Amino acid sequence: MTSLIGLATLLLHVALMLALAPLLVGFIRTIKARVLGRVGPPVVQPWRDLLRLARKQPVVAENASWLFHAAPAAGFAATLAAAALVPGFALGMTTAPLADLLVIAGLLALARCLLALAGLDIGTAFGGIGASREMTFAAFAEPAMMLVIFTLGLLMGTTNLDAIALVLREVTVGLRVSLGLALVAIVAVAIAENSRLPVDNPASHLELTMVHEAMVLEYSGRHLALIEATAALKLLLWMTLIATIFAPFGTATPESGPLVWLFALPLWAVKVGALAVVLALFESAIAKMRVFRVPEFLGIAVLLGLLAAVFLFVSQGIA
Amino acid sequence: MMGGLQPGFGAIGYDLAHLLGGAVLVLSFALLYQRRLTAVINIYAMQSWVLAAAAAWQGWVQSSAELYVAALIALGVKGLAIPLALHRIVRRLHIHRAVETALGIFPSMAVGVALVALAIMVVLPTTMQTQVLTREDLSLALSVVLLGHLMMITRRTALTQVIGFMSIENGLILGAVGVQGMPLVVELSVAVLVMVGAVVFGVFFFRIRENFQSLDDSHLDQVGGAHR
Amino acid sequence: MPRAGRFRQRRADCISWWCETVPALCAVPGAIALSPVILTGFALVVAALLGLGAASAVVHHHIPAGATRRRAAAAAALASRRIAALGSLGVCGLGFLLVLTYLLAGAGTATITLPLGLPGLGVPGLGVAGGNLLDGTRYDGGITLALDGLSGFFLLLLMAAGAAASAAALDGPGDTDATAPFLPVFLAAMALTLLAGDAFALVLGFELMSLASFALILTHHDDATVRAAALLYIGMAALGAACLIPALALLADGAGWDLRFAAIRALPPEGWRATLVFVLALVGAGSKAGLAPLHVWLPPAHAAAPAHVSALMSGAMTKVALYLLVRVLFDLCGPAQPVWWGVPLLVLGAGGAVLGGLRANLENDIKALLACSTVENIGLIVIGLGVALAARGADLSTLAALALGGALLHALAHGLFKSLLFIAAGAVQHGAGTRLLVRLGGLIHRMPVTTVCVLVGAASLAGLPPSAGFAGEWTLFQAVLGGPRIGNLGLQILICVVAALMALAAALAAAAAVRLVGVAFLGRPRSPRAAAADEAGPRTRDALTGLAVALAVVGLFPGAVLSLAEPVLRRLVSAGLDDRAGLLEVAAQAGMPGYSAAGIALLGALAAGLVLWLVRTLTTPGHRDAPAWDGGFGAPPPWLPFGDPLTQYGGASFAQPLRRALGGALLQADEIVDMPAPGETRPARITVELSDPAAWWLFRPVAELRARLSAFADAIQFLTIRRTLSLMFTVLVLFLAVVALMEQL
Repeated sequence: MTSLIGLATLLLHVALMLALAPLLVGFIRTIKARVLGRVGPPVVQPWRDLLRLARKQPVVAENASWLFHAAPAAGFAATLAAAALVPGFALGMTTAPLADLLVIAGLLALARCLLALAGLDIGTAFGGIGASREMTFAAFAEPAMMLVIFTLGLLMGTTNLDAIALVLREVTVGLRVSLGLALVAIVAVAIAENSRLPVDNPASHLELTMVHEAMVLEYSGRHLALIEATAALKLLLWMTLIATIFAPFGTATPESGPLVWLFALPLWAVKVGALAVVLALFESAIAKMRVFRVPEFLGIAVLLGLLAAVFLFVSQGIA
Repeated sequence: MMGGLQPGFGAIGYDLAHLLGGAVLVLSFALLYQRRLTAVINIYAMQSWVLAAAAAWQGWVQSSAELYVAALIALGVKGLAIPLALHRIVRRLHIHRAVETALGIFPSMAVGVALVALAIMVVLPTTMQTQVLTREDLSLALSVVLLGHLMMITRRTALTQVIGFMSIENGLILGAVGVQGMPLVVELSVAVLVMVGAVVFGVFFFRIRENFQSLDDSHLDQVGGAHR
Repeated sequence: MPRAGRFRQRRADCISWWCETVPALCAVPGAIALSPVILTGFALVVAALLGLGAASAVVHHHIPAGATRRRAAAAAALASRRIAALGSLGVCGLGFLLVLTYLLAGAGTATITLPLGLPGLGVPGLGVAGGNLLDGTRYDGGITLALDGLSGFFLLLLMAAGAAASAAALDGPGDTDATAPFLPVFLAAMALTLLAGDAFALVLGFELMSLASFALILTHHDDATVRAAALLYIGMAALGAACLIPALALLADGAGWDLRFAAIRALPPEGWRATLVFVLALVGAGSKAGLAPLHVWLPPAHAAAPAHVSALMSGAMTKVALYLLVRVLFDLCGPAQPVWWGVPLLVLGAGGAVLGGLRANLENDIKALLACSTVENIGLIVIGLGVALAARGADLSTLAALALGGALLHALAHGLFKSLLFIAAGAVQHGAGTRLLVRLGGLIHRMPVTTVCVLVGAASLAGLPPSAGFAGEWTLFQAVLGGPRIGNLGLQILICVVAALMALAAALAAAAAVRLVGVAFLGRPRSPRAAAADEAGPRTRDALTGLAVALAVVGLFPGAVLSLAEPVLRRLVSAGLDDRAGLLEVAAQAGMPGYSAAGIALLGALAAGLVLWLVRTLTTPGHRDAPAWDGGFGAPPPWLPFGDPLTQYGGASFAQPLRRALGGALLQADEIVDMPAPGETRPARITVELSDPAAWWLFRPVAELRARLSAFADAIQFLTIRRTLSLMFTVLVLFLAVVALMEQL
């Protein structure tokens, strides 16, 4: 019975992640527009854009290799696999035993490397500059992420996300300095990974301010639709990840049965929505930083992650 | 591993104190990270507010009126009066420009983390007998003090040095309010404040003389005129 | 019963027979003991490889009469290369099956003594003993060969890499003929090192390995940079020997000058002697393994050697050095060693990992890039060894088993993928005429098979799931995560920093892998030669495909590989992983969920299927070809068929952000901009100078010392007779004084 519920949870989770990701992007855009005093597009606009792009036949550069054709779908698949590992409204999905945080980070890295390779495939200056910067930022984001995982692993004794979420949900770990520092670090990593302000400007089409957009400049049609869907899915994934770790209350478990979903589903939406509002306000208030300030910004995240782990030794005295 | 969780965590009185102390430390790092003078002043003000909240919370937990007074002093003087005064000085002297660093931002942050590790390694063995809260608060306070020192060393402008000095003072108060039954908290914060005031003026006049070769503030007008 | 079902039944029978019989061969007393048989087989493998070397050398110099001398010489050289490569391929393939059988059968220990060895130590007799040598027999000076799980595990890697390298050597360009006889000798020396059961055999094998690889590096000796690289290499090898031999002598001294490992194991060193052995072994083995700061020889030497030799050096020889480190530190020094032994390994490993990862992003030569990445991976493995040593010192044997298992797994994975990438680099050099990133590009269109294999290898290099590299790094990271349990606040903080540096190194390696594949294999060709590159030869393709398949197997079933290492772990750290490493899953703690590569692969496949289905149903099929849009940039003129070369990102530009962010601090990267004055017609130039920290912290002072010493020696060569005599007289008196002093003691 639990396994059936686990499977049902997984299917619903994946379907919701796929359906809601573009809506999340639309929601953030609307909030940003409102903050700036504009009306803004409707929330479903990203979905419309995706479908419109999907119907268009892609125009591909003549010297593209098979990798260029395969990368958007493969990157989307890797991100989707990672999304299937991050519990949203309910724990104990069928994929729970696989949901190692290092594996999730690895799958996201796989998607990133595929897109960077595709960016280099045509041999244009924009593709190269985007791929180069994306990999550089990743090099600094990865240690910070690793230290956050390290902190969580030390605190919970495992790096399995589902197990961590379960412990955090049921045992009062308390408001810890370590977790607070880890939260700051993971937010910085999430900003860099999702190409948001101040690291990258998701709405920019200026060469000096582009990172992610520059990398995928040669894509069009259904390829571009896949890439935009990947970006949206990744944003939802990160927000769900942060909510699962740092706001673990109210998630359903396999034992609690599907009725609790009625309560857990809206709560998940509220948590992600709140994060989206915060992100939109933050992005409206801040300017993009220079490219060479980004390693410093992420370096600070690394140091905060380090402090998070170090403070764990103080309070916990792991022996 | 779950057995490793110490009693104390989960109790709200403990947790909030702990978290506020951590926030003071993070703001110390934010002071080091900032490149603009106005932002530095704002963050100092924020640190003082968090300190006031920490003192007030301790007052609630320990039900001691003295700590409320200390919180009020922190909020009123360090959280409002001094930052406003500093903002005025910045406006008058037209020194909105970036903070001049003697050591780069990232290296100074890295040194800062090493200092925090050092503080923990010093505090932890000597306080093995005391309860967890005190240990952790002491290590946080010592870290804030060391970071303030670091800021005074690695920043060139007079104003940032003064703010570094005042964040040292914040660290001292943080340590004082965290310890149960610490006497003379109010007296301590007033006395330290007076000293801070003296140092602020001292440093200012000396640094101004250094920068402009005179204490005569007509020179300041000239500078202002040049900028206008 | 239907046919297919019967076949399945028979296959199952065969498998169950295999599983039951083979361990039984070892386990049942009185039955044929498998381990001594296999050890004898390996003694024959070493002999066969040495024989192949000799035969190849003879053929090389035996020029038949008749035909014109020049053509005959060429034919003889070709025949000599064929003999060496084909023979090595066969012997290594056989050895691979042999060692796989041995490991599957449970890896019992065995020892044999050969009637050769140190002269003057008695007449040895050939004897096969199935176990402990401490049976009261007198040491008779013969060479002892021994086989246990540790040597077996590394032999598995050596044989796989050896077979692949030999296959690649078959296709190799004709200019590698001259040193072809050294290839089997190199393989034999490495096998001998792994099989050594006493200190003498170990030194013999290790030094033969250094010399054979030195000869192989010198293949293109008419190039001055090759000669310089070989000189640096042999210098470092001499340093290694100068540390290794005293270390082994100290060990043997403690065991009453019995050189056999069994005797040393019985009387492990203690106190200052153990510390000295530790330091000497770390320098001796570390200089060969490429452990920072003794890694400087790797990039030039690997770039200088022919590709299949670099593949062996990086894939197998550095692992042999690691084997030596494990053998001495974990086995011969005994279990009762202090926790702090792990600290130098952690520090050096983390430093090397970051330095190697960064340098791999800055090199222009593919092979130097791969060599730097070797430095990085060796660093990661050494971190695992450090955690294992510290955990064993603190009696946390389950953690030590995880750390050592992770190190072994990553060593195997790295050996395989680095061999693959070096062989591919050779194919690129052969097919496109250059190894420099600035002249490559677009090889995916001309070398499709090579590119696919390189993608498999690069996924491991970048540590992406579900590759073999990710499995190794996952296990290592889990071990580091358990590290704080060892205790001591300082060590805990160090381990946190090490974890961050490991992640930085892994991410730098990912950037380096993207740069390698993206610049060399994707994009537009950067030179006409690259545009007309040839696919690798058939044997090279086979070698690449074989290694890629092996990597996929290791990546999907890391638990199975760890179970091969089970006997080693039980012996060296007295705990295994069998409760944590199953066929499908590897877990950090028993009973907890871990990493299941096969599960992740299945999940990825399902996700890919879903995505493909969505694409099929929702989108318009097909695509339209057009010139690259390139942000609206104008089309290149017709005389530039591959576009304007200057608008394409290359190796240097790809690495520029990393160089600016980290290179200044770590590598003293300096940008020198040469800007012409207005009106001048010469172009502006930007040059970047890098220098490895090891060069200015370690090697420059040593070089200065040497210069001072040689100046001194120079000075005392031109002395008056009286001074020369007085010098000799002083030496004589000093010598007598020392003798007198020794007699007093």
